[in-house]
Amino acid sequence: MQELSVEHLLGIKYLNPNDIDVIFKTADHFKEVINRPIKKVPSLRDITIANLFFENSTRTKLSFELAEKRLSADVINFSAGQSSVKKGETLIDTVNNILSMKVDIVVMRHGNVGAGVFLSKHVNAKIINAGDGTHEHPTQALLDSYSIREKLGTVKGKKIVIVGDILHSRVALSNIFALKLQGAEVKVCGPTTLIPKYISSLGVEVETNLKKALEWCDVANVLRVQHERMDIKYFPSTREYTQLFGINQEILDNLGKKIVIMHPGPINRGVEITSDVADSSESIILNQVENGVAVRMAVIYLLAQQIKR
Amino acid sequence: MSRKTLLNSKDIEIILHRLACQLIENHNDFSNTVLIGLQPRGTFLAERLAELLKNEYNIKELELGLLDITFYRDDFRRKDKPLAAEKTQMNFLIEDKKVVIIDDVLFSGRSIRAALTAIQSYGRPESIELLVLIDRRFSRHLPIQPNYRGRQVDAINEEKVLVTWKKTHKKDAVYIESKE
Repeated sequence: MQELSVEHLLGIKYLNPNDIDVIFKTADHFKEVINRPIKKVPSLRDITIANLFFENSTRTKLSFELAEKRLSADVINFSAGQSSVKKGETLIDTVNNILSMKVDIVVMRHGNVGAGVFLSKHVNAKIINAGDGTHEHPTQALLDSYSIREKLGTVKGKKIVIVGDILHSRVALSNIFALKLQGAEVKVCGPTTLIPKYISSLGVEVETNLKKALEWCDVANVLRVQHERMDIKYFPSTREYTQLFGINQEILDNLGKKIVIMHPGPINRGVEITSDVADSSESIILNQVENGVAVRMAVIYLLAQQIKR
Repeated sequence: MSRKTLLNSKDIEIILHRLACQLIENHNDFSNTVLIGLQPRGTFLAERLAELLKNEYNIKELELGLLDITFYRDDFRRKDKPLAAEKTQMNFLIEDKKVVIIDDVLFSGRSIRAALTAIQSYGRPESIELLVLIDRRFSRHLPIQPNYRGRQVDAINEEKVLVTWKKTHKKDAVYIESKE
């Protein structure tokens, strides 16, 4: 099967293993395309895409915009900060106004959990969730798995630890769904205050000792400390967090084995990860960024395929 | 379904040799020429011709690429089944090169139009030629004609021209299939 089982990309939890396989196979072709001297294909020249970012974003927004432009779609961008949302306009009104301009696909980031699902029930356009609150960030999880597959050959059977603020992270939740769906073993590691109580129900083990977690894993996906999503103090100080959960070269050298280092960005250098680790040969952080464009091209292309003329 | 043999393996062998000789006439040692087989079925013909040129006609260095045109097709979102891409293998640039596009059957010309656009992603070639095994006359939607053709065929639109290869189907042959 070469098509997705879903009409929108709202979260990894709605996908099946075949969907992920189809996305990755399509992304392989787009990865080849974006390494050509001319990195553009005309597939989506009659499709209009609206990027609606109700929350700040740099890399996800740029990555989506580049993916859309490399598929030759027409792109319009919307940032809540400079919009009528500030004047009290509702999400539905905002989106319906934009859709009146004949938009086919909406890429949306929103601070509220389930915003994408809500939108998909009320508007006649394909919805791609670019992050909804602390819930899901499906394209980030897809590009993370794609990068692991590229580096290690497969995701199945690999041991992956997600380190950091699991509680506030949509990247962590989507990654857990995606990795489990592909047969990986997943552990999370971080301060107990930043690990949600329901985590074991997702088939994920908790390890609060970073050294033990790193000794166990093939891949460490390190998350950013998200001060902006924390309304109370979850750990005593950034310094203490770094001492207990920060990854530096000395810790990695003492492991006696190589592990792959990932980070969804932006990095707090010297907090969750030191510069020498982020820039080391074991780090695939920049590969994640490159793969992000190919994976997003694949998702957009596959969803656009369902829009009949 | 009825099937009529248009070319048998002997016919195809003769045609392949003729096409190879015609290519040599125009491209000499192929030092400034690249062959590009179109995915999926043009690649079989391209590979056979490349083998022949190397083994029988002593062409030392021959660049052969395989090009997928899925993302350049003009029927995206018009088909019931999704368009699935195949692998592209183009490990060279075509800037100032003489390009020979190779496909098994030339029908409407739309695949070749897509290929002409796709090839631009790899540079600006000096010239582009088209080689096909079967040229179906009177079926073109676009003003595209081959420079090299194996056999010209007058088939009605309901009929299908099917090419099989020894490597993949155990037999070199070209058939015309009709529904009745």
